[in-house]
Amino acid sequence: MIQRTPFADTFTYVLMALGFVLLIGPFIVILAGASQTLQQVNSVPFRFVPQDHLLENAAAAWSRASLGTAMMNSLIMASLVTVGKVALSACTAFAIVFFRTPLKHFFFWMVFITLMLPLEVRVVPTYAVAADLFQPFRLLIAALTGIEVSVEWNLLNSYAGLTLPLIATATGTFLYRQFFMTLPDELAEAARMDGSGPARFFFDMLLPLSRTNMLALTTIMFVYGWNQYLWPLLMITDPAYKTTMMSLVALLPSENGTPDWNVTLAGSLIIMAPPLIVVAVLQRWFIRGLVATEK
Amino acid sequence: MADIDIRAVHKSYGKTKTLHGVDLSFASGEFVVILGPSGCGKSTLLRMIAGLEEITAGEIAINGRIVNTLEPRERGCAMVFQNYALYPHMTVAGNIGYALKVAGVPKAERDRRIEETAKIVGLSDYLTRRPAALSGGQRQRVAMARAIIREPKVFLFDEPLSNLDAKLRVTMRAEIRKLHQRLSATSVFVTHDQVEAMTLADKLVVMNKGHVEQVGQPLDIYHRPASVFVASFIGSPAMNLFETRVETGAATVRFGGAQVPIDGALAAQLRGKDIIVGIRPEQCVVVQPGNGVSAKVDFVEELGSGRVVHAEIDGQPFAAVIGEEMRVRPGDRISLELPPSQLHVFDRDSGRRIEFEAVPRAPQNAAEAPVLAIVE
Ligand SMILES: Nc1ncnc2c1ncn2[C@@H]1O[C@H](COP(=O)(O)OP(=O)(O)O)[C@@H](O)[C@H]1O
Ligand SMILES: [Mg+2]
Repeated sequence: MIQRTPFADTFTYVLMALGFVLLIGPFIVILAGASQTLQQVNSVPFRFVPQDHLLENAAAAWSRASLGTAMMNSLIMASLVTVGKVALSACTAFAIVFFRTPLKHFFFWMVFITLMLPLEVRVVPTYAVAADLFQPFRLLIAALTGIEVSVEWNLLNSYAGLTLPLIATATGTFLYRQFFMTLPDELAEAARMDGSGPARFFFDMLLPLSRTNMLALTTIMFVYGWNQYLWPLLMITDPAYKTTMMSLVALLPSENGTPDWNVTLAGSLIIMAPPLIVVAVLQRWFIRGLVATEK
Repeated sequence: MADIDIRAVHKSYGKTKTLHGVDLSFASGEFVVILGPSGCGKSTLLRMIAGLEEITAGEIAINGRIVNTLEPRERGCAMVFQNYALYPHMTVAGNIGYALKVAGVPKAERDRRIEETAKIVGLSDYLTRRPAALSGGQRQRVAMARAIIREPKVFLFDEPLSNLDAKLRVTMRAEIRKLHQRLSATSVFVTHDQVEAMTLADKLVVMNKGHVEQVGQPLDIYHRPASVFVASFIGSPAMNLFETRVETGAATVRFGGAQVPIDGALAAQLRGKDIIVGIRPEQCVVVQPGNGVSAKVDFVEELGSGRVVHAEIDGQPFAAVIGEEMRVRPGDRISLELPPSQLHVFDRDSGRRIEFEAVPRAPQNAAEAPVLAIVE
């Protein structure tokens, strides 16, 4: 802040307090509700004080929504998406920044344009391809030669189907690109003089140097992968591949059954935990990676 | 040890031409300095030798082998960059040893050679530090060690001292020279600093606007600049230059309302021609009023050993070095004699030097010996 006046100070504090309450409020409701008994959670008025029944509620939620499989699936999916995105965007940015090819700008803009086409927008064609991978080729071959090829291959009900369409990422590419562009040209040239080829340069120089970026990206992308809902809903019909977001609905009390919201809340707390842990562990890197480049 | 041949080398970036046909040849073990103002294409030339920049036309041969299409690592050159370009995430040892690591040298031997090289440049105590924890001079040494350890045939330096403070620059200059004697690899050193160039070079290459202006030993170039550009670029304070013409029937040229005598044979050769005449400030002699060319003093620069008088003749700035015993104040008028044997004559159209053999170039006695004014 440039100015320091009592009025401005008070105003900022009120604003911050308001924002804090807005953000933390729902979380306190979950925490309090998840640790109360059936009677406590349904009592009016609702008491915002946590009790000591969290573990039994959590156990009930775990079995009701079979969270074991779902958590494992979500973990696999989020990890694959994260690793895939981090790796792919590093490679893409490497190609865009460090190679002189005539089509460089074309590819850069292609990547840029995909920012305007998130999965939600292209979900129907993406699903069509995932459901029948050879469809485009079959059409092409049929048009060219008149031969009908009947190969069936789809990605439905598989980890590949869950993750592959989510891996291409413009955000990550940009983050890396910005970082790579801050590196002096001489760094690459010195490495070349020392005999290192492009691959060695990538692994020996770029990856270690972009560690903070990578961790920042990991944080964002893990949360993104974990929170996916629409895509798993389309791709997965087999309960063995269900993800946590799909299991949320199973946690709700049935319409005429007992209103055991404490169990529901305990379940959502479990589902919330992994991204929270990732953010908590990586937050230091996360902020550094987004704010400034390491000296 | 390797000789380098540069034949008719051109460089264009798209439509802009940066080098217009450079022909040079460096002998094995020579210390070559490429000197020129910023933007003249020195770095471009150096980077083409290194293999970091494509050669638009012409060819470069190292040890007789044309290297145009070779990768940098296949050329046997090592390079020291202006901003050092150290690997920030590696220790000093890691930086120095990276080339060996890439080359697959076993760890034990690598460590031994890192130790050895670090000792040469005086970095033995800093091997585990990161570059960020080093001073400018130490970073410079790491950059040099990184080049030395590869035992290259050719050392390339791109303004390696320009980020150091004046004192350190002098020290490092001496160290680079010593290192060169010890390693006896061919060295090509790029700089825009004439003092650096003069003190380091066996062979000096002066470049301007993508052309080579002159090649030779530093003192030869100082005494016989081949063009107006070289004359004004080398020497500090810079050579005085004035435009004039040789009148028919006289062995003098007009300057500042006076007739300056020139060599008779030269006058006969240049009759009626537009020329540029130059004289170094150190060679001007202060004489009794009424003789020579009259000049009005603008200001005086103290050098300690003498002083530089910045004066005005005919509205043009003109500098002269005078002894410390002389008292001059701004506004004074002094008379200067320009000895004919110390004049440099250039063609006004081409800017090239006009040679005349009659003039003895060797100074008659030590007092008159032209000294390089080395000013940092
Ligand atoms: N990559 C490049 N693209 C376009 N022009 C360049 C490039 N590199 C250098 N130049 C131009 O070439 C000229 C010579 O540059 P350089 O060799 O770096 O000069 P210097 O003598 O200062 O080292 C400059 O005018 C510069 O603008
Ligand atoms: Mg340069």
